[in-house]
Amino acid sequence: MLFFSFFKTLVNHQVTIELKNDISIRGTLKSVDQYLNIKLDDITVVEEMKYPHLSSVKNVFIRGSVVRYVHLPAAAVDTPLLEDATRREAAQTGAKAKQG
Amino acid sequence: MMADEEPSATTADANPVNEPLDMVRLSLSEVVFVKLRGDRELQGRLHAYDNHCNLVLGEVEETVYVVDDEEAGDEIRTVKKNSEMLF
Repeated sequence: MLFFSFFKTLVNHQVTIELKNDISIRGTLKSVDQYLNIKLDDITVVEEMKYPHLSSVKNVFIRGSVVRYVHLPAAAVDTPLLEDATRREAAQTGAKAKQG
Repeated sequence: MMADEEPSATTADANPVNEPLDMVRLSLSEVVFVKLRGDRELQGRLHAYDNHCNLVLGEVEETVYVVDDEEAGDEIRTVKKNSEMLF
């Protein structure tokens, strides 16, 4: 849930998604769901020459499981807030583990 | 009042590391070294993680180990890439 919320805060920012097949796609993050599936608008493929088959595609849906990395704009990320949110999430899931 | 407390709760207070991910929690905002699938390594500042070990790292250096199969023999090449913020 943490990263779902995190990516929702990054909607309308420029990101670069590197896929497990080494293709990198840059575009505007339009939406994200609980599986971290991602929709991108106005995309460009980073190594256009190497992967020409996407050059006419403007808008993509990327299944969360094929993503290797998401390169984020550091300026758009509040790192202390993110670290606090991570600690809160860890405390929650830790408490759940103790109950179960 | 005190008798209601679980015994595990008191030991939890004494020792902050109860499960493996607690080790990771204590590394938040530290520079960490991560070994990944596919002969990849990352070195960067840990900002976030979850139960799946999804990570957000800042000021990252990625190292990929690639085998160049030339006639002279297989040579291992390292490719380094930098990124300001990585999920």
